[in-house]
Amino acid sequence: MTRLFAAIETLGQSVTRRVDRLGLAARFSGALFLVLWICIRRTTLIIRELYFSGVRSLSIIAVSGLFVGMVLAVQGYEVLQRYGSGESLGVIVALSLVRELGPVVTALLFAGRASSAVTAEIGLMRATEQLAAMDMMAVDPLSRVIAPRFLAAILSMPLLAAIFSTAGIFGAWIIGVQLIGIDDGAFWSQMQASVDVRIDVLDGLLKSVVFGTAVGLISVFEGYFAAPTAEGISSATTRTVVISSLSVLLLDLVLTVMMFRGLS
Amino acid sequence: MFPLEPNLMIDLKDVRFSYADRPILNGIDLSVRKGEIIAIMGGSGGGKTTLLGLIAGRLKPSSGSVIVDGLNVPKLGKSELYGLRRRIGMLFQFGALFTDLTVFDNVAFPYREQTDLPEAMIRPLVLMKLEAVGLRGAQGLMPSELSGGMARRVALARAVALDPAVMLYDEPFTGLDPISVGIIGRLIKRLNQALGMTSVIVTHDLNETLRLADRVIVLSGGKVHRDMAPDDIRETTDPFIRQFADGLPDGPVPFHYPAKDYLSELLEA
Amino acid sequence: MNRSRFDFAVGLFVAIGILAMVFMALKVGNLASFDSGTGYALEARFDNIGGLKVRAPVKSAGVVVGRVESVGLDGETYEAVARLRIYPTFRFSKDTIASILTSGLLGEQYVGLESGGDPVYLANGDRLGKTQSAMILEKLISQFLFSKAAETPAKAP
Repeated sequence: MTRLFAAIETLGQSVTRRVDRLGLAARFSGALFLVLWICIRRTTLIIRELYFSGVRSLSIIAVSGLFVGMVLAVQGYEVLQRYGSGESLGVIVALSLVRELGPVVTALLFAGRASSAVTAEIGLMRATEQLAAMDMMAVDPLSRVIAPRFLAAILSMPLLAAIFSTAGIFGAWIIGVQLIGIDDGAFWSQMQASVDVRIDVLDGLLKSVVFGTAVGLISVFEGYFAAPTAEGISSATTRTVVISSLSVLLLDLVLTVMMFRGLS
Repeated sequence: MFPLEPNLMIDLKDVRFSYADRPILNGIDLSVRKGEIIAIMGGSGGGKTTLLGLIAGRLKPSSGSVIVDGLNVPKLGKSELYGLRRRIGMLFQFGALFTDLTVFDNVAFPYREQTDLPEAMIRPLVLMKLEAVGLRGAQGLMPSELSGGMARRVALARAVALDPAVMLYDEPFTGLDPISVGIIGRLIKRLNQALGMTSVIVTHDLNETLRLADRVIVLSGGKVHRDMAPDDIRETTDPFIRQFADGLPDGPVPFHYPAKDYLSELLEA
Repeated sequence: MNRSRFDFAVGLFVAIGILAMVFMALKVGNLASFDSGTGYALEARFDNIGGLKVRAPVKSAGVVVGRVESVGLDGETYEAVARLRIYPTFRFSKDTIASILTSGLLGEQYVGLESGGDPVYLANGDRLGKTQSAMILEKLISQFLFSKAAETPAKAP
């Protein structure tokens, strides 16, 4: 009986801790959104973070997109040619990339490549009292350090997702048109006839803006509240990747359901 | 509420602070006059750094008043607090230099953030501060390329960039070789005299403290244990201060963590 | 790294990103279908529209000339009402026939317009007089079966 009580107590404690942390995250987000407008005018700071988050992720995103597109083309063609509709390859690849894989895979790669680095950087700045020093120099770390990194994630994500999808379609074009020999005109015209700019392209970009917000927020939050020790920073970095990935997949489900319901 | 003595810079009255449920400070009274250098000493975890946090408004006391330069710090709003902090400099334990900026940019940071000075005017100001700490030649280096002592000196140059009225030093000598300790100590003294600053130094380094400070405050049990001149420290017979000064392992601060009786625990089985 | 190198790299990154977006809008998607606000509207009533969807193409002689803007039901006549948005460059005569066709055996359904000889052209908001409903596979099959069944007893005796 006492063991049962102990188990319930442990469960209660872990729920309380999580709710506490959620509350902390909500207050942190509120404070962050309040200083965003101050930060927007500091373009040099945002450009610096765009460099570290966006430009540095460019190669991994472009190469991954290319390979994903190529694999989709090989797999897709294998199925399509059974029904004699190999020219629809462009449609299949473009729709999967633009609607789903582009935003989602980009966000997952971004969480691993850029966000984890942001968490570690902010965590280290906290551990070495750089944030405290800034605060003592009457400079708010939230608007000087946190907000530019958050904004950079929001801005980079749709650009990177567009680059990912474009690279993927190009990869599919290499496999489908250049290697397999699908008609070039049919590849593009079928794609154009089926991909809708508003429903597919814009909704895909909207998804990646939402993912950018979520991943950016998680990475700065985990960094800002990381325990100021080596283990604290490394576990915060891990948490950023895990929580970001799960949130991206969950948000993708929610957004997809919302977008398709809006359609019918 | 406000200090009666006009040249009082820092005035703490019955300040209490607890972290979670653990009391750290149990009623501290402390006043520092303008231009004075005081040293705060005490055991580890005794609330010395907490005291600096309270003076700088980074922490709020559970009760009591903290008055700095005529302002009641815990009652200040964010912008007023930031206004006060422009007149307070702080040297952190390991310097806390911004690792992504060069030495020059670190020292230029306060000017760029707090003033509208053009870059052409910031440059000579930064070079002057770096010259004062003897590191004008290191202006292009990154913090990772500096030794501990050099980093502390750059941080000192950055902390005094805006010529603050009050300087707070959080363990400025920790982890430095004796030469660097001497250099930092001399710089603190010189800056204090040149700029007429009020300085509060939290430290473990007794020798350097006795050379520097006008007054030494010894904390124990979250209260001011003694408040005395450096010369009196050398002669005092107070057992706590003697233990501290002579580095005795046992005394008022016990060597043993509280435990059950040794013999009876050994014989348990 | 100095500031201008940051600026250059980030500028390049943003330019590539925007180019990719433009590529998706123009080459992958068809931005022409985006200007659904322009052109003029026609109304066509069908007994049955089958699987016709909003945004389905409107074609004439195989060329896309517009899009289906909305699909609704007339509560009194129980006819399906399809609003078509025709691109401004195309004009059709008053006696144009609208029919619901299927691209390929199992492909998507679209509206086909067949222009007649009337010298007067349809204007914004006009209704198409003659329509031909969608072919419903089940109905075709049952029609076929009934006609077979009707034939059989005649031969039997």
